[in-house]
Amino acid sequence: MEHLLQVEHAVRKFGGVTAVNDVSLHLDEHELVALIGPNGAGKTTLFNLLTGMVPVTSGKIDLRVDKQTYDLTSKNAVQIADLGLSRTFQNIRLFKNLTVMDNVLTAMTNKYKEGFLTTVFRLPSYYRTEKEMRAAAEKLLDIFDLTDSQALLAENLPYGTQRRLEIVRALATQPKILFLDEPAAGMNPEETADLTNLIKRVQKEFGITVLLIEHDMSLVMNLAERIYVLDQGELLATGTPEEIRTNNKVVEAYLGEGEV
Amino acid sequence: MKANLKYILSWLVIMIAGFYLINALIMVGVIDDFIENMLVTIGINIILATGLNLIIGFSGQFSLGHAGFMAIGAYATAIITQHVSTELGFIVSLLVGMALAALIALVVGTATFTRLKGDYLAIATLGAAEIIRNIINNLKITGGSAGMFNIPQLCSWPTVYILVCLTTLVLMNFIKSKNGRAIKAVREDEIAAEAMGINTTKWKVAAFVIGATTAAIAGSLHASYIQTISPSNFGIMESISILVIVVLGGVGSMTGTFLAAVVLGVLDTVLQNFGALRMVIYAIALILIMIFKPSGLLGNWEFSLKNLGKHFGKKERG
Repeated sequence: MEHLLQVEHAVRKFGGVTAVNDVSLHLDEHELVALIGPNGAGKTTLFNLLTGMVPVTSGKIDLRVDKQTYDLTSKNAVQIADLGLSRTFQNIRLFKNLTVMDNVLTAMTNKYKEGFLTTVFRLPSYYRTEKEMRAAAEKLLDIFDLTDSQALLAENLPYGTQRRLEIVRALATQPKILFLDEPAAGMNPEETADLTNLIKRVQKEFGITVLLIEHDMSLVMNLAERIYVLDQGELLATGTPEEIRTNNKVVEAYLGEGEV
Repeated sequence: MKANLKYILSWLVIMIAGFYLINALIMVGVIDDFIENMLVTIGINIILATGLNLIIGFSGQFSLGHAGFMAIGAYATAIITQHVSTELGFIVSLLVGMALAALIALVVGTATFTRLKGDYLAIATLGAAEIIRNIINNLKITGGSAGMFNIPQLCSWPTVYILVCLTTLVLMNFIKSKNGRAIKAVREDEIAAEAMGINTTKWKVAAFVIGATTAAIAGSLHASYIQTISPSNFGIMESISILVIVVLGGVGSMTGTFLAAVVLGVLDTVLQNFGALRMVIYAIALILIMIFKPSGLLGNWEFSLKNLGKHFGKKERG
């Protein structure tokens, strides 16, 4: 069977360091998969490879959409984003001096057409497109409970809210696969629980595939249908949350001794 | 829709009112030739600086080559109107200058923006402008380093006024659109912008080309109004003085650019009586503003009728 995203023997070297070593994984449609591993395991580098921010040293990454296969290793970040892969960042990268609304609208740039002349001379179709974009953005903001802060500058939002806004922005590109890099970092348990439900809901409602990096085990075990464990750049284990929980190698490498 | 129309009409009324105000002041004699000259210089500087602000303030790219594109417009007008000394000739020369500047900006932009950022980009654009200036300096058709004289005066203050309104309108509408947001996103965070599918190079070049085109418009007006141009008018000092307007008004605020162009224009005129002290006082004024208001006079604040309306609406209700 063809997978939505298939990674085969991906390798990335930075000088003498092999950050990602021979990693193979796949994602299917409508899946919620987690990527875990200790600090420095190469999780974010793997995200960067998948989204074209960093080129692979060797290996294959294939995306299959609409019965067509795209070789992502030969594409840049912009082209990959256009193919429907969107992401958030571990160290939040919002457009800080733009409003919450503008952050979301910006992510829709490629999904709507607004010609130069239409824009400059404010023809009716300009207002029509803007209205459509705003309506779509408002819908997304509403799901994430950000409607009230839409006129605020992104940099003035509390930390947890900034993280939520990043997810909204990523969703605004209408992705097929959403990569979340530590979405719950810096959140308290209550916020994390809310976020867990939110991610589950979004994944169902939008029918997308989600791959998330997370250190918060309660979130990972609650959400993920499958888990990949990365350690020192290599794939250590893969399986359902139950299998990972009881996998000795994982417990040793990552969770330390004792119970999870 | 109705509200939108209201704002469009309000702006139109403001622009037309401004025109008739100046016209009336000239008729009564409040504005003499001297002040009219100052107003035209301010207008040309507004066109130059708003275009540069699009590049520096909105796309976040540091360009020091603005005078080069101004030169292209100026020489296009000088050469064409010396042969075709009519209004139509001026309009054609304006369009030729714009097209040529856009083309050159496209080539320069594509070559530099893919690889360079920040200071390096400033040096590269400065180099490009110097190349343009040196080519003009060595061509026969442009009159070499002596420049060109007796350019027919085909534009007066109404032409400048209309073009100030038009370029500002185009720039503001461009900024407040999907395209403008993409350009601002590039300024804010290139990596995030690319992850959202925004082609950063494309939008940087777009801002650069539009900025260069407005510079060419200003150049055309300058040549036709002043009637004398030489390559030395378009050196690095000219680029810097445009940059000063942008920085002083506030990087990322078109309203600030307007304000700074007016303040500096008036200051410049008033200080003409001080002779050699003029540049010293000018410089001290700049230093003081930079010390007490480093983000420029207006930061990134933008005047908007919509917000003004809301403000007064609240007051009435409260």
